[in-house]
Amino acid sequence: MGILEIKNVGKRFGGLQALSDVNLSVQENSVHAIIGPNGAGKSTLLNCLVGKLIPDTGSVTFQGQSLLGRHPHEINQMGVARVFQTPEIFGDLDVMENVMIPCFARRDGSFRMHAFETVMNEKELVEKAEQILIDVNMIDKRHMHSASLSRGDKRRLEMAMCLVQEPKLLLLDEPTAGMARADTNNTIDLLKEIKEKRDITMAIIEHDMHVVFSLAERITVLAQGTPLVEETPENIKGHPKVREAYLGEAQV
Amino acid sequence: MMGLNKKDTSLFVVVIVLALLAPFFLNPFPTDSSMAQFNAGYPDLMQRFVIFGIFAVGFNILFGLTGYLSFGHAAFLGVGSYAAVWIFKLLTYNVLPAIMLSVIMAGIFALLIGYVSLRRSGIYFSILTLAFAQMSFALAYSVLSNPKFNLTNGETGLQVYANDPQWLHRDSLPDLPHLFGLSMRSTYEMTVGGWSFSFNTGYYLCAVILILTFYLSIRLFRSPFGMMLRAVKSNQQRMNYTGLNSRPYTLAAFVISGMYAGLAGGLLAAMDPLAGAERMQWTASGEVVLMTILGGAGTLIGPILGAGFIKYFENIFSKINDNILHQWFAFMPDGIEDFIVAVIHPFIGKGWHLTLGLMFMMVVIFLPGGLVEGGQRLARLLRRKKSDESPSADTKPAE
Amino acid sequence: MDAFILQMLNGLDKGSAYALIALGLTLIFGTLGVVNFAHGALFMIGAFCAVTLSKVLTISYETIDETQKDFLGNPLKVETPYIESWFGPEVGGAIIDWSVPLAILFAIPVMIAVGVIMERGLIKHFYKRPHADQILVTFGLAIVLQEVIKYYFGANPIPTPAPAMFKGSFDFGAAFGIDPNVIIYPYWRMMYFGFALVVISGIFAFLQFTTFGMVVRAGMADRETVGMLGINIDKRFTIMFGIAAAVAGLAGVMYTPINPPNYHMGMDFLVLSFVVVVVGGMGSLPGAVLAGFLLGILESFASTTWATTTIPGINQIIIYLVAIVVLLTRPRGLLGRKGVMED
Repeated sequence: MGILEIKNVGKRFGGLQALSDVNLSVQENSVHAIIGPNGAGKSTLLNCLVGKLIPDTGSVTFQGQSLLGRHPHEINQMGVARVFQTPEIFGDLDVMENVMIPCFARRDGSFRMHAFETVMNEKELVEKAEQILIDVNMIDKRHMHSASLSRGDKRRLEMAMCLVQEPKLLLLDEPTAGMARADTNNTIDLLKEIKEKRDITMAIIEHDMHVVFSLAERITVLAQGTPLVEETPENIKGHPKVREAYLGEAQV
Repeated sequence: MMGLNKKDTSLFVVVIVLALLAPFFLNPFPTDSSMAQFNAGYPDLMQRFVIFGIFAVGFNILFGLTGYLSFGHAAFLGVGSYAAVWIFKLLTYNVLPAIMLSVIMAGIFALLIGYVSLRRSGIYFSILTLAFAQMSFALAYSVLSNPKFNLTNGETGLQVYANDPQWLHRDSLPDLPHLFGLSMRSTYEMTVGGWSFSFNTGYYLCAVILILTFYLSIRLFRSPFGMMLRAVKSNQQRMNYTGLNSRPYTLAAFVISGMYAGLAGGLLAAMDPLAGAERMQWTASGEVVLMTILGGAGTLIGPILGAGFIKYFENIFSKINDNILHQWFAFMPDGIEDFIVAVIHPFIGKGWHLTLGLMFMMVVIFLPGGLVEGGQRLARLLRRKKSDESPSADTKPAE
Repeated sequence: MDAFILQMLNGLDKGSAYALIALGLTLIFGTLGVVNFAHGALFMIGAFCAVTLSKVLTISYETIDETQKDFLGNPLKVETPYIESWFGPEVGGAIIDWSVPLAILFAIPVMIAVGVIMERGLIKHFYKRPHADQILVTFGLAIVLQEVIKYYFGANPIPTPAPAMFKGSFDFGAAFGIDPNVIIYPYWRMMYFGFALVVISGIFAFLQFTTFGMVVRAGMADRETVGMLGINIDKRFTIMFGIAAAVAGLAGVMYTPINPPNYHMGMDFLVLSFVVVVVGGMGSLPGAVLAGFLLGILESFASTTWATTTIPGINQIIIYLVAIVVLLTRPRGLLGRKGVMED
């Protein structure tokens, strides 16, 4: 029984069957990659996990609890954090504030007014936020306006915002999309480091095989909305079905 | 001081000084000088400066922090006014309960309208608030003034009549809005040389309330709640994926700013015990939008500046006429003088709306931070010039 | 039944105005993605095109007719419009009488010019700015335009009559063999409805059957892709803005005999037209037209004595009420696509 269980999930958009009969189990404390060609339904699947979309059929359970019909913020409070393809941060706020918000969210659980406190007086949360900024190597940029950060730094900041919540499951949607090689390698190192330091499960949707093979312990190949194979990285290389999915029938 | 950092404290002190000494600042010209018509220090106008300042400060809590552009805030102002006049009619002319009821009623209204409107964002939100406000206006104007259930007194406006019960009224108290016997209309005139300054009870009540509400707004801006609101404006998606539902935050901001509007409405009625439906019309909502943006949305002091600026324009700038212009440009040759007056003519006097519209457009296009940003840029420019002249002066980075 | 038909008809002319303004708003929103708060001002400018033309046509010179005396016994001063002296009283009089329909010819180039200048001079710079900024700057522009008109034409409504031929009403009852004098409908309002239908079908035909229209429609659906095809979409959008302005202007021209124009008529209609657009569905042209007529007719039904005695004031709030219900239950509007401006 994995931390995340996806059973018979299907999703249709009008005439397009985006997902059909997806079964997937992500083991606790593993790094699980989901790969597949464009239009294979990777993003749809991810959106079904975080509550942005509701699958037409099937079930999604996280630690034994169903995620279906829950809002993204509720799912996050259960311990699922998400990193976006293009970093989603609070661009109008400075770096420290960006990290303070998830701290508040974690501590309070839901809406609290706090209209007369001062942000920086919350010593415990400030310490926690500073620690995470040290971890991702951004402490010296804490007063910077976050919109003016470089793309790589935005990615780090977004990771910090997710990690400070101590999620059990971290979902990464193409974390290196559009990055230069050096940035990609930095991100890989950052993720490896995170994995070493904490008990965390990661599910990565990725295009870049270099990233997948450097990180993943299990790989699921998705094609046309259904999982083709689930294997370890060693076995996936050269797998005939994977070839077929990526290169088309001409190669068969 | 009082939980504010140094910069905010000095801003707060500036507002206190401005509010308390306004009767001096606004009457800079001697009474018999030709410039006396530009004196704005008479009680009626000073009250409006401050009351609309409160209105705009409240509006800014919603728009400046969350980015939700409401086009229906005048509805809460109107509700506040009606509530206050009803207290005058039924209970007493004491303004304290009246203002309290104004705030509470506006709060309840804002909760209802906000709960519905905030289910949508962006332009849909703007149109929903607009629709609600226009609906309230239409209702107040016609339906709620039928003989069987006359809540608003329609076109005439709600006012206090001699046969109203006023259960708590006693003969010893003034027959006008008062604070424990101190009439809102009582004014002390001080004459110093050619100058005259008026100190009005009603104005000082409003000023004290402005100071309190401004303090509240600073605290709110700097609080975790304020930070959350800015986060909502910045990236709602990330907010959701951070485990927070943005709606309670925006609703709280909406209700607070609605209560500010109700407070302003109550004060308007306390200064002049009359409430009309036109206070709720969407043009009135548009006015507070103008004030806030012109002054600088999202800045602390901007809305107060914007409100003061527009009210000054409306009441003083609109008095400039061709004769005054001819006086001003009298030093020029006749032909040029007439030409200049003719060119300026459409923009002054009754045309002040045109000038205001143009300025508003300029601000939106070139100065999204409003007058406050304009001031900051100017200050930076001057500072740079200064440091150019004396290269040895320490060059601090901007901010 | 008679009352039903009568209210239907009464709703049509207001509905036509809503539909035309909403159509223009939607064209601008759909093509340029801009929320134009100055669109009501365009409607108003159109109406004042008609006023201007009728003023120009009646510019007169004074002659003194010695044969007639006024009531003080002085020789009578007679004002003769130049146009009558040029073309003779028959033709000249007819031209003056027909000034409102003639204003259409005058308004089209004026409105297109106004629209193009507005788009190139101002709106263009706001494509990438947030919607709130677009609302604010066009709101400011609306104030400015309104004040300019007020400066030149004054604050009072200016009656501008329809041609004499259209005075009076058509008696549907008599024409269709029901009781006469029950369903009567002014000719000009009928004319307005017909005119609106012509303009609306013209716009739809233009979008449907011309290459230009096809590109614009494609651009409405997916601006970036069309831009990548190497088609200069911006230029076409500018022209569309001009057309949208002309539609609003024409709606204004023809509305003058129904309601004497004043400087704030634009704002009055704008608020309602926005509601119409939202009810119809942001970005949906058929939605805008449908919602315009529906709400116009609904408003007219709500104004019947039966409705106002059952629910007092319903005529004043019906449109807003409908808008609120639609926005909450079906945010994309009657015919809108999902996801437009929802984020």
